[in-house]
Amino acid sequence: MADQLSLDRVVIRFAGDSGDGMQLTGDRFTAETAAFGNDIATLPNFPAEIRAPQGTLHGVSSFQLHFANFDIVTPGDRPDVLVAMNPAALKANLKDLPTGGVIIVDTADFTPRNLKKVGWESNPLEDGSLANYSVHTLDLTGLAQGAVEGFGLGRKEASRTKNMFALGLLSWLYSRPIDGTLRFLSEKFAQAPDIRDANIAAFKAGHAYGETTEAFEVQYTVAPAPVPKGRYRQVSGNLATAYGLMTGAHKAGLQLFLGSYPITPASDILHELSRRKDLGVMTFQAEDEIAAVGAALGASFAGSLGVTTTSGPGMSLKSETIGLAVMTELPLVVVNVQRSGPSTGMPTKTEQADLLQAMYGRNGESPLPVLAAKSSTDCFDTALEAVRIAVKYRTPVIMLSDGYLANGAEPWMLPDLSEIEPIEPGFATEVNGTNAKGEDVFLPYKRDDDTLARAWAIPGTPGLEHRIGGLEKADGGGNISYDPDNHEKMTLMRRAKLRAVVQDIPDLEVDDPTGDAKVLVLGWGSTYGPITAAARRVRLSGRKVALAHLRHLNPMPDNLGDILHSYDKVVVPEMNLGQLAVVLQARHAKHITRYSRVRGLPISLTELEVDLSAEIDATEEEAAKEDN
Amino acid sequence: MSGLAGVPLSLEPLGKKDYTSDQEVRWCPGCGDYAVLSTFQSMMGTLGIKRENTVIISGIGCSSRFPYYVDTYGMHSIHGRAPAIATGVALARPDLNVWVVTGDGDALSIGGNHLIHTLRRNVNLTILLFNNRIYGLTKGQYSPTSELGKLTKSSPYGSVDTPFNPITLALGAEATFVARTIDSDRQHLTEVLTAAAEHRGTSLVEIYQNCPIFNDDAFSTLKGPEGLLIKLVHGEPITFGAGEFAVVRGADGDISIAKTSEIDESSIVVHDETREDPSLAFALARLTEPGILRQAPVGIFRRVERPSYDDLVRDQIASLQPEDSEAALAAVLAGPDTWEADER
Repeated sequence: MADQLSLDRVVIRFAGDSGDGMQLTGDRFTAETAAFGNDIATLPNFPAEIRAPQGTLHGVSSFQLHFANFDIVTPGDRPDVLVAMNPAALKANLKDLPTGGVIIVDTADFTPRNLKKVGWESNPLEDGSLANYSVHTLDLTGLAQGAVEGFGLGRKEASRTKNMFALGLLSWLYSRPIDGTLRFLSEKFAQAPDIRDANIAAFKAGHAYGETTEAFEVQYTVAPAPVPKGRYRQVSGNLATAYGLMTGAHKAGLQLFLGSYPITPASDILHELSRRKDLGVMTFQAEDEIAAVGAALGASFAGSLGVTTTSGPGMSLKSETIGLAVMTELPLVVVNVQRSGPSTGMPTKTEQADLLQAMYGRNGESPLPVLAAKSSTDCFDTALEAVRIAVKYRTPVIMLSDGYLANGAEPWMLPDLSEIEPIEPGFATEVNGTNAKGEDVFLPYKRDDDTLARAWAIPGTPGLEHRIGGLEKADGGGNISYDPDNHEKMTLMRRAKLRAVVQDIPDLEVDDPTGDAKVLVLGWGSTYGPITAAARRVRLSGRKVALAHLRHLNPMPDNLGDILHSYDKVVVPEMNLGQLAVVLQARHAKHITRYSRVRGLPISLTELEVDLSAEIDATEEEAAKEDN
Repeated sequence: MSGLAGVPLSLEPLGKKDYTSDQEVRWCPGCGDYAVLSTFQSMMGTLGIKRENTVIISGIGCSSRFPYYVDTYGMHSIHGRAPAIATGVALARPDLNVWVVTGDGDALSIGGNHLIHTLRRNVNLTILLFNNRIYGLTKGQYSPTSELGKLTKSSPYGSVDTPFNPITLALGAEATFVARTIDSDRQHLTEVLTAAAEHRGTSLVEIYQNCPIFNDDAFSTLKGPEGLLIKLVHGEPITFGAGEFAVVRGADGDISIAKTSEIDESSIVVHDETREDPSLAFALARLTEPGILRQAPVGIFRRVERPSYDDLVRDQIASLQPEDSEAALAAVLAGPDTWEADER
């Protein structure tokens, strides 16, 4: 019997060939861990190739999970434990492992040929090069094959249960509950009893292996994390986005219409909403990105809630239609799950370099609201708010997510639907003005005094027949107008309408516990996690730092300028070359310290901690000098 | 099922005046678009549906100004995208009568992709493709239906672009209703537009439309006294030129034009617009040469029944509707795996 050791937090990375089932293994371990009550954050990382050549470095797929007995905000930079299913997986991930880290490695594929394939002249398991790590070598494949003997599987099929063996072993090692995985396997392979039984057997064998052999001298426990009372589930950002859109449409009493074209990493939103025909969701897989947004806008014109989901290249194609939505002033939600660019870039890797495109990437003065989610679960709230703004202000809204949020998962406290405010579409049903002849008429561009939203009459409403389009509108009546004064008036009006959205945006809150920090770190989007985690460490070192996070990128909160000017230094970490920084600097005449990382990965909190500490020390020193 | 099934009927009779908006029509004097607009406005009243339940979506180009002049709901959208926008309208609302107004540049050049995909899906809407074989709004560049060798501002040495035949393109895209008519024949135009509106699924109507400014007389050879328009009438032998010529089918299956006086009457092709196999319709469409128009069939090339895409989509949804939508949504949000956490 192994000793029990209690830990506060663990980061595990499962790595193998893209065909080894690492994402599934990680998902299951996450589900067990979430059900146990730990806080979790995950980072799937996989190649764009569906089945890259076996055993190669670029075919390595990994899944990282951070779990803890406290509230965590990132999947962690560096794994404490690396589970490597072959030489390529070991080599590709070794550099991320800190000295003293645990390696659990399947020895089955460590043949001279496979070692050579990844550029190793000698076997690292034998040549002493892993001396600084705690290495556990096992023939996982052989053990799994042995466990499933007698289930009538071929050799290859039998070896494919090795991921379940590994999962069983890790489940034992970290004292995870296993009922959920047993139930999951029974359901997933219900149609194939042989496969089902073999996977269950391999999983149980892995668990028993930990328990009965002395390969591992310690078994770990991580106590549940304190969380608000409630009912929870695990949710990825894409799923939460789909749920937020569905909830928004439901609360507005509108049919949700999704026009979309498959694109990584946004397709899972299309997949989920396509399943939700059972809730009245209508999805249209269009011939291209342009038709996808076009159909969504058409559906909005007809009185549905038009939504389109995409990633960078798709955004480029949609810009003309988004401009039409700005001009026709119809509700439309555009979700951009950002990925590395430019062009095709790195489809499966994350980035947040589409901010300026979202704000300015259309011809003409074409303002629209832009929101960004800060975490996987926050995608729900952000999508819901995007719907609310789009309907209330009759405007296209861009919601920015990214590949990291889209695929990462967190525990999510289920919302109480009855507590979510309804959204009132307020369709026009009656004439609202008079024409030059004094007749009662419908003026489609007559506005609400408060929101500047125009009257929205949908086809089928008698007496309100009207035409809209991309040509400039005469104020009020909406007929074509080339009048110079009118164009200027309408251009300013569209900007004023965007600014009116500020009334629904809460003031930016600053987290500055001592109230005298000199450095403010301002984030947006998915940098929330790394910034928060790095700041915790910085504060533990006795340094002072203030934090604020922007969800509303356009318009921005009213008090933002005052906040920026009240700090000696403002650092903006972004996964781009300083796009928010450039906007802030231009609008608020305040020097912004950029912190840019474009590696296709979330910003490293370890690096950020070091760099922030240096910034803070320098700023404090500078301030002290001035005081003297 | 009629293309207008589900569209509410008007309690009072509607006429041309009801479908005329207060906007001043601004096409060039002599433009073929006037005749089409006027015919359309008159025809709409005969459909017997409520005025507020018609939606016209257009793209960009001279003809795409059309929606402004018809007093229904409408959107003058962006270049080439009208079929995509109209698809969203048709999917969202089974009670609407949806039209797309487009031109040869809008539909066949920048919007070619949306056109073919709308046709293959068979969305319940009608596309009026005004073909004047030139770019009018941008002042006279060759279009995807201009003949080879066309001299324009952008082809001063003659166009080397092989043109599309919109009818064969539509047939190749699995269209269920494909027709052609001409701006100068009000009665034919009315018949074809009415039939198109009543077809369930996507109806494509190519309208030969004269541009007096940039491509005058593009169709004059067809309109002359020799009358080389080949009128396709369902169930009737295909003859033209006051009966002088006939369309016949050769032993190898090819169709060709012969002098009626030199052939046996029984060898004349009898037009059947309902043939499932589109090959004969395709062959008839090929009687229109891509270059100078010597003769051209007009009428309905193909009219077959196939479920419309929007009906199929709505049927799937309708069969799954929960009784309590909020409870059903809550169940989906919860998913299969939840856990309870106490405050700790």
